[in-house]
Amino acid sequence: MKAATLKDERITNHAWTWLQEKIPAWIFLLLLLAIWQAVVGLQWVASYLLPSPLEILRTTIDSWPEIATATLSTAQSIGWGLGFSLLGGVALALLFFAIPVVRRAVLPFCIFFQTVPIISIAPLLVIWFGFGQPTVRASAFIVSLFPILANTLTGLEETDPHLKELFKLYKPSPLQLILKLQIPSAIPYILTGVKISAGLAVIGAIVGEFIAGGGLGSLIDAARTQQRVDLVFSGVLMSSGLALVLVFIIELLSRLLLRGRPYLKSRL
Amino acid sequence: MYSIEVKQLSKRFPAATRAVIADLSFALPVDASLALLGPSGCGKTTLLRLLMGLEAASGGSISIAPELATQMSYVFQEPRLVPWRTCLENVLLPLELTAQNNPAARNRAIDLLQRLGLGERLQHFPRELSGGMQMRVALARALITQPKIILLDEPFAALDERTRFRLQDLLLELKTQLALQYVFVTHSIAEAVYLGDRILLLDHTGHANDWRAVTFAKREQALKITPEFNAVIQTYTQLFSAIENSNRERTSSEVQR
Repeated sequence: MKAATLKDERITNHAWTWLQEKIPAWIFLLLLLAIWQAVVGLQWVASYLLPSPLEILRTTIDSWPEIATATLSTAQSIGWGLGFSLLGGVALALLFFAIPVVRRAVLPFCIFFQTVPIISIAPLLVIWFGFGQPTVRASAFIVSLFPILANTLTGLEETDPHLKELFKLYKPSPLQLILKLQIPSAIPYILTGVKISAGLAVIGAIVGEFIAGGGLGSLIDAARTQQRVDLVFSGVLMSSGLALVLVFIIELLSRLLLRGRPYLKSRL
Repeated sequence: MYSIEVKQLSKRFPAATRAVIADLSFALPVDASLALLGPSGCGKTTLLRLLMGLEAASGGSISIAPELATQMSYVFQEPRLVPWRTCLENVLLPLELTAQNNPAARNRAIDLLQRLGLGERLQHFPRELSGGMQMRVALARALITQPKIILLDEPFAALDERTRFRLQDLLLELKTQLALQYVFVTHSIAEAVYLGDRILLLDHTGHANDWRAVTFAKREQALKITPEFNAVIQTYTQLFSAIENSNRERTSSEVQR
């Protein structure tokens, strides 16, 4: 009975702490929306330049089938791009880690490639992959690869030397060392890379869609040409929503994979 | 018949002004446990690491009896538990790495943890355990491979007195039951005298200051309050003081130079 009361008390405290942390952001958001609504309602800004939040909501509901299809298409491209970045980034990091000479030969070019703006490569991608999703996926993949690669490599290199020495006692094979020590050690770093890459993959996909068509990028671009600022806002909000959902999923995954570790502290 | 034979062993780290271990020789009989005693920085841990093969010697030799060489285990000064593995998984790690993990081994690990007072903590992660509990898990991990020689680097330093005494007795028990030979580093004269059949006292120059056998009819906690035990403690306290004095003189003459 007493234990149950203590548990309840702990849950209440936890809920209260959570609320204390989240409430300021929600209040700020509501305040911002209220000011925005008032500014447009009082016609201080023309609604064809800045539609009110309620108008954007109405447009989103009215055009929901179109927006939902575009959002789903963009989400698929992001999923493909980010998924391949995760596979490719981790595989390349393992290769660079295992064979230092490959790392010295290839990594500088990866860094160089990373500095090239995606918008300047996108036309090339269209030439190579054609219009539509393949180009969009490639665009999302290219921009989201490097953070995962760099973070994974750092994680592999930062394996605790004390644990390495412990493993050395039992003479593990290189594969055992990688699977049982180095990859698990690198997981927090990989997840950080994925979090950074998630945002970039959304940008990559939207930019790809501007050029190659389809998805939210195309919807936003078409709305721009028709002067439908409300629809542009709807598209922007949906793409932000996609990024948020992605970050939320990664956070859940982090909690699952990092359970038991002493440094797990979510700030979301 | 000796289990460990050390001849003219020396160890000098790169860029160090003097050797940590210098011209050290001793032979440890097969059934004897060894306590490595000495002031801080005298090379006790280095000697233990040399015995385990974690460091390479600069000179001299270490011979381990061939039938024992593959059955050695090591407990580090700190627990070194793998943070993402539970208590039980940490204990099973050596068996996983040597492809010996099976249901029988798992039961043995559970028994071992229960014996060390961690039966309720099998599925807990290291961060959920106190420092003393973590050290006990590390001890269980070293014992799970059923070693013949176990090397322990200040294994009980972080434990409360009651747990320390319990684990000291457990070590003595395992020595008898499993014919386990242990070599351990300690700062505590009382612990060295209580657990060590032989005590190697090192000084600041890395030389053996004293090497002798300590024999008692029976080792149990009550021994610690006997005049016989205290006489040995007295001897080592005096030897320790002599080492400290000579170190002070050596340091001050080096400073003057």
